[in-house]
This record gives sequence, structure tokens and C-alpha cells, in this order.
Amino acid sequence: MTDVTSTDATTTPWTTIPSPNQPFAPAHPAQPHRGVPGGVGTSARRPDGIPKVKGEFAYSSDLWAEGMLHGATVRSPHPYARIVSIDTSVAKSMDGVRAVLVADDVPGAKVYGMEHDDQPVLAWDVVRYHGESVAIVAAEDPETARRAADAVVVSYQELDPIVDPEFAISGDAPELHEGTGNITRHVKIRHGEQDVSAPVVVTGRYEMGMQDQAFLGPESGMVLPGVDGGVDIFVATQWMHVDRGQVAKCLGLPEDQVRITLAGVGGAFGAREDLSMQVHASMLALHTNRPVRMVYSREESFFGHVHRHPAWMEYEHGATEEGDLVYVKVRVLLDGGAYTSSSTAVAGNAGRFSIGPYECPNATIDSIVAYTNNPPCGAMRGFGAVQVALGHEAQMDKLAAKLGMDPVDLRIRNAMSQGSVMPTGQVVHNPAPVRELLEAVRDAPHRELPVVGERDVIDIRQLPGGAANSTHGEDVRRGVGYGVGFKNVGFAEGFDDYSTARVTLSRGAEGPIVSVHHAASEVGQGLVTICMQIARTELPVGPAIVLPADTQVGSAGSSSASRQTYMTGGAVKQSCELVRSELLDRAAGHVGVARAGLRLADDGTIRNAADGILLDDVTELLSTPIEIEREFRHRETFPMDPERGQGDADVQFAFAAHRAVVDVDAGLGIVRVLDMATAQDVGKAMNPQQLEGQIEGGTSHGVGLALMEEIQVVGGKVRNPSFTDYLIPTVLDMPTVQMTIMELGDPEAPYGVRGVGEPPSISSTPAIAAAVRDATGVAITRVPIRPDDIVFGA
Amino acid sequence: MDFLQPTSLSEALAMKAERPDATPIQGGTDLMVDINFDRARPSATIDLNRVPELMDIEHVGSDVWVGAGVPYLRIMRELQSDAPGLCMAARTVGSPQIRARGTLGGNLGTASPAGDTLPLLVAIGATAEVASSERGRREIPVRNFIIRPRHSALESDELIVRVRVPKARGPQQFGKVGQRNAMVISIASFGLAFDLDQRAVGTGIGSAGPVILDAPEANAHVAEVFSTEGLWDSAAPLPDGVAKRFGELVGQAASPIDDVRGTARYRRHALSVLAARSLKWAWNEHRETTKGTRA
Ligand SMILES: Cc1cc2nc3c(=O)[nH]c(=O)nc-3n(C[C@H](O)[C@H](O)[C@H](O)COP(=O)(O)OP(=O)(O)OC[C@H]3O[C@@H](n4cnc5c(N)ncnc54)[C@H](O)[C@@H]3O)c2cc1C
Repeated sequence: MTDVTSTDATTTPWTTIPSPNQPFAPAHPAQPHRGVPGGVGTSARRPDGIPKVKGEFAYSSDLWAEGMLHGATVRSPHPYARIVSIDTSVAKSMDGVRAVLVADDVPGAKVYGMEHDDQPVLAWDVVRYHGESVAIVAAEDPETARRAADAVVVSYQELDPIVDPEFAISGDAPELHEGTGNITRHVKIRHGEQDVSAPVVVTGRYEMGMQDQAFLGPESGMVLPGVDGGVDIFVATQWMHVDRGQVAKCLGLPEDQVRITLAGVGGAFGAREDLSMQVHASMLALHTNRPVRMVYSREESFFGHVHRHPAWMEYEHGATEEGDLVYVKVRVLLDGGAYTSSSTAVAGNAGRFSIGPYECPNATIDSIVAYTNNPPCGAMRGFGAVQVALGHEAQMDKLAAKLGMDPVDLRIRNAMSQGSVMPTGQVVHNPAPVRELLEAVRDAPHRELPVVGERDVIDIRQLPGGAANSTHGEDVRRGVGYGVGFKNVGFAEGFDDYSTARVTLSRGAEGPIVSVHHAASEVGQGLVTICMQIARTELPVGPAIVLPADTQVGSAGSSSASRQTYMTGGAVKQSCELVRSELLDRAAGHVGVARAGLRLADDGTIRNAADGILLDDVTELLSTPIEIEREFRHRETFPMDPERGQGDADVQFAFAAHRAVVDVDAGLGIVRVLDMATAQDVGKAMNPQQLEGQIEGGTSHGVGLALMEEIQVVGGKVRNPSFTDYLIPTVLDMPTVQMTIMELGDPEAPYGVRGVGEPPSISSTPAIAAAVRDATGVAITRVPIRPDDIVFGA
Repeated sequence: MDFLQPTSLSEALAMKAERPDATPIQGGTDLMVDINFDRARPSATIDLNRVPELMDIEHVGSDVWVGAGVPYLRIMRELQSDAPGLCMAARTVGSPQIRARGTLGGNLGTASPAGDTLPLLVAIGATAEVASSERGRREIPVRNFIIRPRHSALESDELIVRVRVPKARGPQQFGKVGQRNAMVISIASFGLAFDLDQRAVGTGIGSAGPVILDAPEANAHVAEVFSTEGLWDSAAPLPDGVAKRFGELVGQAASPIDDVRGTARYRRHALSVLAARSLKWAWNEHRETTKGTRA
């Protein structure tokens, strides 16, 4: 099959995709795609594309079952309080209410968690964050359920919330979780010499606010009580097997009585890794013996999932006069909120990637995550690497300024490359084209931009503020900034990371058919399409279908860490290859030729070099189907040692760079991002169109984080749980995005692929912050950048 | 919830008199959001979309009467020359979808100090005509329409019928500040209107107080400088410092607070900047057009 997947040796490994509305000649011609139609490397159509555009796609909130009840959740209005009593009598007596349950009604374990079982299914005794679940209700209609939830009387004795993570870990604060000192994890990395000095030193403190994943499909799902006393759960989730383990424990059921099927997912970005309504709806379904659906409202959704950790970062960079990094000292403090979620892994990432994709012989890194009474934080696109990228990139600019160097030159001078050593001591074995990415964005053409300054013909739509008519060019300053970042693909630090795929080749009504079954979540990223493409490429004998993801097949791991194309794609490829091998065995026997030298060609025929086509059609080999289910694992990773943080913790690194061009109305502090040029090494562009979607989407997350997206928490209370006040970029805030896509294959990965989902959200934010600094001369140490920060120079 | 659907204004007013608890709905772009967030649970709604009298735009003498149910999109299309500032304000509202549904009546009815048409309506001295079946019609200056956030001067049996928009007698400007380039609630907003006949300036300040404010001292300052410097007649360039001083006085007239959208300090600052810029834009535009007529 190598003829299908190998790239043409004469083509360059990267393509430049111009931004829309701004045609210019690509620096390199797009790579010709070869191989089977709809195979790997083509922009195969996604099966969910048209239904989604037409509004016909069934999301998890659209589920329906005969006799279904509706669930609602009672949530704490306080960030920290003792629960004195819960009176459910009024709610229970309401017409149409079928169940009101509290912590005592949880049949099994009363706490759950991804990393530590520390989060109550329903709080008892104490609530630790604003919005924590206290009771659940099922009723005949959603309105009654909500009213009943309002009628549950919880009496609280308010406690002083611990809202400052620095205070939380100071030793003076009461412990939110016994024996922790409120430190969820402290990652220490000690690389090279610890007591070095350097002639040029820059220091800085940086801060990142709490971003939300802001997916559009709120938490939702439906649970059917099973005849065996178990439950059938249909839910929008990221990792159904880990859901299953937690749900089974909390329900006191064996795992095989908890069956999960993926329902239509309206975005995830990390927010669906932790449980939301899974246990609650299951409890209500078991209690009432009726199907129960729960759909969070938009407001509730802001309380129903974890957010990106806010971060406070202190940096010190030491360099030679020539601009070579000598040492970096970093302290990152993350606010993990009330429960652990995936905080320990986020802190690990924040530590390992804290100096950025640079070579530095000496590093002292402390990454600490704290428990507080703020909303729990956990997984979100970029996972730890996003926070520190703001810091390391701001520092590189500061250092360049101090040295009088060009900021890109300084970065290139220190850029990591293949063979570089991470602060963990891990050698980067695979291509690390940091220099090439920086050069690509630096050299990307500048699109024609509106002229800055007061002018005769004014099109306010092109200016900061747009139709709001707040400037006609006054105080508008142009700025350019750069950012580069990286993170790991796949799970790290010794986690047994695998995915499972079952591939069946059978005889359908119209010939052979390939069906792929896995439990990986299609969260909008396009995994189903990728799996179809892989099946078509590896088994080009008939149509390929991907079955609904459910727990009837082994775990696929989470749709996170940019890992599914690598991992589940790898599992599908591996199982397809085994099916193909069995098919060739059968062919050899059937035709009566030697097995050696037999191959399945792209046109679905079986050939060997000597005789050419031996079999036109494999249908006759499929009197019994061929079915293979196997687990696929990436190379083993290892823990970091607790004192020095050394260890080969990661399997693959993914890199991206951005150049941002902005106009800032310095008088009002309003920013407009005009253009983003980005370059990313993707290993292999499996589906170019979907790839572009990931890059644009990740960039828009970065634009949002740089300029507007923040959950405002004051005294532990969330103040803006709505899309009225939690702002995400609109189409008019989104700049044009021009991309340079490099395909430097990772030889260890299937098709050479590198995870692509997260890198664009890492380097975009610091590039915009740098561009705003460049435009205004204001230090900009915090994102999202508020108008105040620019106007009053924070 | 009862859903009432009158087909004439008199029928609507009769329904409102009979059901003072009923909430009118026009574009629904505010009310439906409130219902969705569970901030409103009306016992009854009166759908005004079949009341033709609310959809009229009528030119009477020096005024345009804009029906309470006229959506922003129509305002922008039909009132460019008579109410340029109102068109600018309408253009800043939400998105194309919202501008196709949202109305002046709704903007007034919501009685939010962040309603984007209101500062301009205050600056030009517009009035809201309201009616009840029992007492007939009365006019309320938009300046006095909001009593406190989300509470208007409307009686429980009254509906807003139309808005009297004095035709422009000079250049007008409206601008707002928000943290994104579209679909954003104002952190602060500012409307400005020159009345060249009366040799006066009108202002309106949004999102910087419990109600829409104006800045009488700022207005007076400009009028006075213009008189002493003879600008009303000469249309000469703005003397140095006028715009800045005007901005400062507008900033001082505001009484902003800190909230999720911005700080009081920023709001005051932004209003000063916006006001100074608006004054320049308006005056420059006036100078351009006078040049044009003279040539
Ligand atoms: C996404 C989005 C973006 C928005 N952006 C903006 C913005 O940028 N700027 C802005 O100012 N607003 C904005 N809004 C708010 C809203 O669109 C405006 O306030 C609009 O003018 C409301 O008009 P409506 O006809 O939709 O009002 P409705 O929702 O129908 O009614 C609003 C209120 O007015 C009352 N009312 C309506 N008509 C009458 C009447 N004739 N007599 C008495 N009471 C009446 C209703 O009872 C209700 O209380 C936005 C709303 C949304 C959903």
C-alpha cells in the first residue's frame, strides 16, 4: 500500500494557503493528492457536514424517548458554605414531579473525578464552588422540573471563600481538601545548573484570565433504565470509557451494566472530559424507571463544566550579549478551583512547556496548582501550554528589546530543533521545525491593509470598533507581533495511552463493505471522516462506514490532547492492515498462489508482480466476514521524577507559529486583529479542509483569549454566565488567516501525522499581545487585554 | 401564558387596559432573551406585530414620526437624510438579524441605559408618544422616559405608539464603545446633534448612569464658544481645545459605575474621547457640506 500514502518526492513538504479575499500566489504549489478517491490526504466530505449546515443534525439535546422525564439540577448560589439542611418536601409534592434526590440517594460512591475521586455527585455537608450540584429533580416537563428545582429549600451557612490561590497555598488558609495544603500538585523541574548568572537578564510577571470552552451545544444527554437494572446512556462526551468507570462506581453497578453511546456533540474543547449530567440522569432514571433527559441551559452550562486555569506567572530569563539563552526561571501558579479534575496533568504541561520551544541549558521551573473556592478548572484546548506561551513569548520580546535584536531573530537563534533537549532531559527525536515556522510567518506576504491615520474616505467597518463608529482613524496604531508555541500530542507522564478499533470486512448487498467501530468521540473535529478515509485507503474494496461510537468496543481514550487522528486513526489503520493481511491469506489459498508478493491494489484488485491481476473482486473471499479488534499504543512515556522533573514524559510534540497584525485605537483601547499568518507542522495533512478548519478555529480561540474571553469571578462568584457578557469573537472580529502547512512526517506516527487541534490556540494569543504592545508601547502583561489596560497602561 | 393578538391599535390598547399585567412583544429581541433566562415569566403577552399603526413612518412638518414597531433595518434605509444620527445608532445594534427585528419601541420599552438609540434620541430632543384607551395620547421626552434601569414612565395600561424624531437641523453623530467589533452591549455610548437653526448642541450619554444622561454644561460650552468665535456664521475650523473641553465636560456629566462590562474610570474616559471625536466629525462634516453648497 505504500504507493497510496507516500508523498511525491519532488514536492516540497509545505503549502501556503492564502487568506480569503486576498488572493496571492502560493509560495509553493499545493501538493497533488494521489491514491484512492476519498482516501487519506483528500478533503473527503464529512458525513455530518450537510445535516449540520441544514440544522438537521441531531445533537444530544435533541434526544427523545417515549415517556421521557426531564431532569433539572439545584445548584449552590455560594462559593463556600455549609449545608445546614435540604428540604425537598415542597418540590416533591408538586404536580408532575417524579423524583427529588440528594446526596443520600447516590447508590454507590458519593464522589468521582478524572484524576482523584474528590468531587461529590451531589454535595452534602459543604459546597465548595458557586454552581455546585446539591440536588436533582425529574418531572414530566422541563418547566416543572426547573420550578421544582427552585422549590428545593437548601439552607446554607456561608463560609469565607478562599479565592486567592496564593493565599490558598500560603499555609495560612484553611484546607479545602484535607492533607493537601491546598496544593493539588507542585511540579518541579531542575535542568542543568541551578545557580547560573548571565550578563543580560529580563524578568516579568504575566497573568491569564479564566477562559471558557464556550461550546454551543450545552451539556445534555438521555438515560434509559435497562431491563437488567443497568443504564443505557446517550450523551455528548469526550471519553465514554472513563465516563463509564465513574458512572458505574457512583451507581454501584458493574461496568457492563453501564452502556454508553455517543450522542451528537456540539463542541467540546476539553469541557466534556469531566462528568456533567451522566450520573444525575442515571440516578433519576433508575429511581423512576423512566427515560430521563437533561439539557443544561446556556447559563447553567457555564457552571456545568470546568474552565481553563487562570495563571499567574513569574519569569526570569538570562542570556548572553549575543542572545543565547543561559537560563530560565519560571514559577507558574494555576488556580484549579474547588476540585481536582485534570489539574495535575495541566500543571505538568505548564511546567514542561514553560520555556517554550527553545533550547536552554539551564532551567528552574515550578508549576503549582492550587485548590480554591473558584470554579473548578481542567481541560481546555492547549492544556497548560496556552498559559505559559503568554509568558515565554512576552519574555522573548522583552529580551530582544533589551538586546536590540529583532524578536524573530532572537527566537530563531534559540529555536529548538530535532535533537534538542527538553528541560525534562527528554531528547526531541522528531522534526522540530521551529526556525522554519518562524521564518514562514515572518516572510508571509502582508495583505493589503487599511491605511492608518485620518483620511478622506473612511470605511469604519475596517477600523477598530467597526460600525460602532468610535474612531475615524484617530489614535489608530498598527502593530505586528509574533508567537511560537508547542505542546505534546497524546497522554504523557507514563499514562497507558491506547485506542481500540474493530474493523470488519464483510459481504454487503452490493459487494464488500468495510465497517469501523470505535469508541472515540466525534466532537466536531472530523474524526469520523478521517477514519473513513483511512479505511478507504487501507481497504479500497468497497464503501467504508463508521458505526456509532459506544462502549461495546474497547476504549479509544479521550478526544483531547490532539490525539485522536494519531491514536484512533492509528488503531483503525492497524486493524485494517490486519484485515488486509487476512484477506490476502484467503486470496492466496483461493487462487492457489504464494502469499508472498500478494498485494491489494488501489482499485481493489489483488495482484502480484509476476502475474498482475489475480482477482478482480474480493467478494468471493468473504463468505465469512473478516473482523479484527486491536488496541493501538504509542511509544511508552515515563513519569517525571518528583524532585527534578526529569523523564521522557512525552511522545510527540506539535509546533505552530503566528504573526498577528493589529490596529489599536489607543485612545479607547479597542483592538482589531487584521490578519493572522500562521505556520504549523502537521506531519501529514490527512484532510486539508478539516485541517484548515482546525487552524482557523484554534486561532479564533486565541483571538478570543487575547481580547475578550474571560469568566469573571469575584469573591468566588461567576458574574457573566451568558453570551451577553462572556464575549467570543464574531465573524467581524475574526481576521483573515493565511496558513503555511508543513508536512514533516513523524516516522513513529501513522502516516507521519502530528496532532493539529491545539497548537493554533497556543501561539495565537501571545502573537496578538505582542502586536498590541508593538502598536501602543504599553507593557500588556495580562490577557484578555481590557480597554483599561491599554488606555491606562496597566 | 395567554397570547393576545390585536390587529389594530385600539384593540391593542383595549387589551392592555383589560390586562395591565400583559407584556407587549414586538421584535422579541429583548423579551425572548428575558424569558429564556427566566428573568421574565409574563402571564400574558400582546403581540404587536399585526398592529399596522405601529409600522408607519410619517413625515409631518419638521418631524418624522417613527412607529414603535419599525425595525432598525427600515430606519437605516429610509431615514438617512432626516435622521442621520439615528441611522448611525441603528447600525450599531446587534447583528443583521437583530436589526431586522429590533425596534425603537422595544429599545424604549426595555428602558435600559444601554439602549443604543436612546442617547441619540435624547440629543435630538425626541419624544415618545404613548397612548391608553382611557386617557388617549401623551408625549414623554425620551430624556425622561427611563426612570431607573428597566423601569419607564409608561403606565400599566399604556403602549408606546411612535417616536417624534425632529428632522436633522445640523450634523449628528453617534458612537459606542464595546469590547468587540459587533454584537456587543455598549460600555459607553454617546449621541451628538447640532441644531444650526437654534445655534445649539444636544448630547446624550448611554451606559454611564442609571438613565440616559445629557451634558448641559458641555452643550452650553460649545454654543458659547461658537457664538463668541462667530463659528455659527463662518463655519470656521474648531478652535483649539474646544473638542477636548467638550469631551471633559461630557465625561464629568456621566455618573458611571464598575460592572462586568467596564470600569467607571474607563467609561468616563471613553466618553470624553468619543465626545471630542464626535464634535470634530460633526463640525467637519458641516464644514464640508457648506463648502459644497457654496461651490
Ligand atoms: C443578540 C442581540 C444583540 C443586541 N444588540 C443590541 C445593541 O447592540 N444595542 C441595543 O440597544 N440593543 C441590542 N439588543 C437588544 C434589542 O435588540 C433592542 O433593545 C431592540 O430595540 C428591542 O426591540 P424589540 O422590538 O425586539 O423589543 P421586544 O423584545 O419585543 O420588547 C422589548 C420590551 O419593550 C416592550 N415593548 C415593545 N414594544 C412596545 C410598545 N409598543 N409599547 C410598550 N412596550 C413595548 C416589551 O414589552 C419589552 O418589555 C440586542 C439583542 C440581542 C438578542
